[in-house]
Amino acid sequence: MNFSPAVRVQALRVVRGGREVLHGVTFDVPRGSILGLLGPSGCGKTTLMRALVGVQIVKGGTVTVLGEPAGSPGLRRRVGYSTQTPAVYADLTVAENLRYFASVLRAPRTDAARVVDEVGLGKHRDQTAQTLSGGQLSRLSLAVALLGSPDLLVLDEPTVGLDPVLRQELWELFRELADRGVTLVVSSHVMDEAGRTDRLLLMREGRLLADGTPDGLRARTGTPDLEEAFLQLITEKAGSLA
Amino acid sequence: MSLAVTLATTRRVLAQLKHDRRTLALLIGVPALLMTLLRYVFDQPALFDRIGPMLLGLFPFIVMFVVASVATLRERTTGTLERLMTMPLGKLDLLFGYALAFGVLTLVQVGAVLLISLTWLGLDLDGTLGSLVLVSLLDALLGMALGLFASAFARSEFQAVQFLPAFVLPQLLLCGLIIPRESMASWLEAVSDALPLTYAVEGMREISVHPDVTGTLALDIAVMTAFTLTALLLGAATLRRRTV
Repeated sequence: MNFSPAVRVQALRVVRGGREVLHGVTFDVPRGSILGLLGPSGCGKTTLMRALVGVQIVKGGTVTVLGEPAGSPGLRRRVGYSTQTPAVYADLTVAENLRYFASVLRAPRTDAARVVDEVGLGKHRDQTAQTLSGGQLSRLSLAVALLGSPDLLVLDEPTVGLDPVLRQELWELFRELADRGVTLVVSSHVMDEAGRTDRLLLMREGRLLADGTPDGLRARTGTPDLEEAFLQLITEKAGSLA
Repeated sequence: MSLAVTLATTRRVLAQLKHDRRTLALLIGVPALLMTLLRYVFDQPALFDRIGPMLLGLFPFIVMFVVASVATLRERTTGTLERLMTMPLGKLDLLFGYALAFGVLTLVQVGAVLLISLTWLGLDLDGTLGSLVLVSLLDALLGMALGLFASAFARSEFQAVQFLPAFVLPQLLLCGLIIPRESMASWLEAVSDALPLTYAVEGMREISVHPDVTGTLALDIAVMTAFTLTALLLGAATLRRRTV
């Protein structure tokens, strides 16, 4: 059993377009847990996730993933990443997309069939990606991230545009994966999803506003509603600055 | 480098083309149509025999330049390139995968033009078919490699398409197809010496008039190979695993 955290981020700073967008972010993610990344659009969620995967040029700080520096060649089969805009080939079918990415990952042949069922796209196997709906497309992109059974999944808004039933099913899948020891970092801006995570990072303007369990955050702010809790934390922060 | 990943990439690119029937039809049909037009516009078999083979080398070059630059740009803008860069895929796996797929496509394209040219249009070729196919393939790969490299400097499809006139038309003017290189001003001839298309066109001309592989042709092939490999390596250098 490995007790070192799956992800360790220390004093991470990122500059994009001449502006610092992450101002020294520090946190750990324990193995086999689901970390929720919450915050308004433009708060730095995506940049942070890109840094975890190792595709983001960073200005300062360290990002260690599964014991190695983020983006190390050894991690390329162990980290699954799904971007906000579905990164798949629009002119290929669902099955063709999965088959190609599976061969690049040297994943077992049966993997394509497994992930297509996990995200509930079985009926659309032979449809070209460009004919899929937005929600189906993002599930295809998620399926690619699941190929090869990675140890860490970094999912940028995987449930955007999905109906409540599907969203429920995907969160059940995420929980199942975590129970198997997979670590998940999932971003969202939907507050009702936040309650399903093990830990929450609330972000705003490139800083961490809060880091704790959903229950811990509720207790600290004295409100059962996480949206309310978030608002209260923002006001607190503003008050302490003023 | 992994052969399996390279071949998977080739299969993927070919599958994409298979789904895009119109592009496929254009890629194969347009060169054949242009060749036919050329034959009847000149309407002199001797002139057609001289110009025809040079164009035969030009089509794959131009077509692959455009196809490669747009295809790579698409990989960049849709995020599939970034996704692949997070996976255990070597940059050369991707490039050689594309090269193989476009090589196959070129064989079909050149095959179609040759079939029409040598039968219906009555093109008279002195060189061997083998060297003609070899040089056409090299032309295509050269165009692909340059297109790939050029696409790194395009931020949008608009810019990528503009690279065709910017990269290709000056070479077309200077390669000796329109005006013999010997009759150009010496500085223009020097510029033309440094451009890859010059050697592509010269190679095709050699094949059209000499039955054997001449020293000039061998040199042309060597220069084109060197240009292609250099452009591919430069292209690989423009694929970044980390971006801002």
